Amino acid sequence: MTTTDILEKTKSFLAQFISVQVGNDDDLFASGLVNSLFAMQLVLFVEKEFGVKVENDDLDYDNFRTLNAIVGFIQRKMK
Amino acid sequence: MTTQLNPNSNPRSEKKVKCVVWDLDNTVWNGVLLEHDQVTLREGVIDIIKTLDSRGILQSIASKNEFDPAMAKLQAFGLAEYFLYPQINWNSKAQNIETIAKQLNIGIDTFAFIDDQAFEREEVSFSQPQVLCIDAADLHTMLDLPPLNPKFITEDSAKRRWMYLSDMNRQQVEDSFVGPKEEFLATLNMVFTLSRAKEEDLKRAEELTVRTNQLNTTGYTYSYDELNQFRQSDQHLLFIAGLDDKYGTYGKIGLLLIECDKEVWTIKLLLMSCRVMSRGVGTVMINHLRNEARNKGVRLRAEFISNDRNRMMYMTYKFNHFKEVEKVYDRVILENDLSLVQPFPGYLTVRIE
Repeated sequence: MTTTDILEKTKSFLAQFISVQVGNDDDLFASGLVNSLFAMQLVLFVEKEFGVKVENDDLDYDNFRTLNAIVGFIQRKMK
Repeated sequence: MTTQLNPNSNPRSEKKVKCVVWDLDNTVWNGVLLEHDQVTLREGVIDIIKTLDSRGILQSIASKNEFDPAMAKLQAFGLAEYFLYPQINWNSKAQNIETIAKQLNIGIDTFAFIDDQAFEREEVSFSQPQVLCIDAADLHTMLDLPPLNPKFITEDSAKRRWMYLSDMNRQQVEDSFVGPKEEFLATLNMVFTLSRAKEEDLKRAEELTVRTNQLNTTGYTYSYDELNQFRQSDQHLLFIAGLDDKYGTYGKIGLLLIECDKEVWTIKLLLMSCRVMSRGVGTVMINHLRNEARNKGVRLRAEFISNDRNRMMYMTYKFNHFKEVEKVYDRVILENDLSLVQPFPGYLTVRIE
């Protein structure tokens, strides 16, 4: 799966929760766009969509803070 | 019963039943509906169904029948409203019970199944050994079975079926709602109340510690007396949470126990009913504590003990600024960074009492 594929899938998932356009490096949490409830749904989405296991140690804001961070995290886990 | 003498001999006998699934032909009524449509109810069955309902035990149906005539018959008997997610079809009953468990979002190990046919009971036992199977011949003694006798009957137990019926309405609206989740949540007009537990809350509090496995941070269970001590102790804070929305009340749905030292507050237990999953109330409780800890100048810690079903609560902690600081066997200690707390979510009115 290419970086663009992962990015597009993640973007369309985000679109279900956020009605404004977000840049790839925008901080999703700081902007108040989403809350911790969303964070959990995001983790479940990543596991299901990309078949990766998110371990307890991976549950960190830094892995999920921006679109680019999410994509990078998924790519590291898929290796 | 001899199994009562040694509680370890049969773990199933200890577990309280949350849902009874009924067969229809020759179990609820005499005869086979598709053969004679003039079936009569078995003696005493109405009383049993109503008694279970008043005990807060949910009920459903797994029957091999045609759906419409069977439901019409239940309507005529005035019983239809007692059954949630009835499965009247030609599928395996084990599979139907699984479907009901999924719809109600409660564990399969809290189910009982009553049927007159040994074949059906065995088929269920074979694939779902944790389900308590009852022979319909024992109908008249079933109310005495310990698993069908909850320790307490609280105000919430008697309302439980109605609360699940409101859940079904909410779910239907939620499924058909297009747009961001928060916009849907905002349409519910939810009011969340967090208050110090009073004596009249303790039965429900104990019931919550026993019934809740999934959205529970440690799984500690406390007796009525222990909870009553915490309520009055200077070293503890015991909160109970309630939730209401435009479809009705969810009842008392959450519990929070904090051990207060001079410098550190430790969350011993944070739990909520599965019925409020995805409502964001865990975060609200944690945010309230983060505010309080900041105001009081204490550190905020939390204990977490993993079972295979409570990962959601670990995530709740991790995404609310808790970090692991210590691990003692299976018990993890997390500490909050107490960074600036976000305001309560806009879709929820919060009342702290």
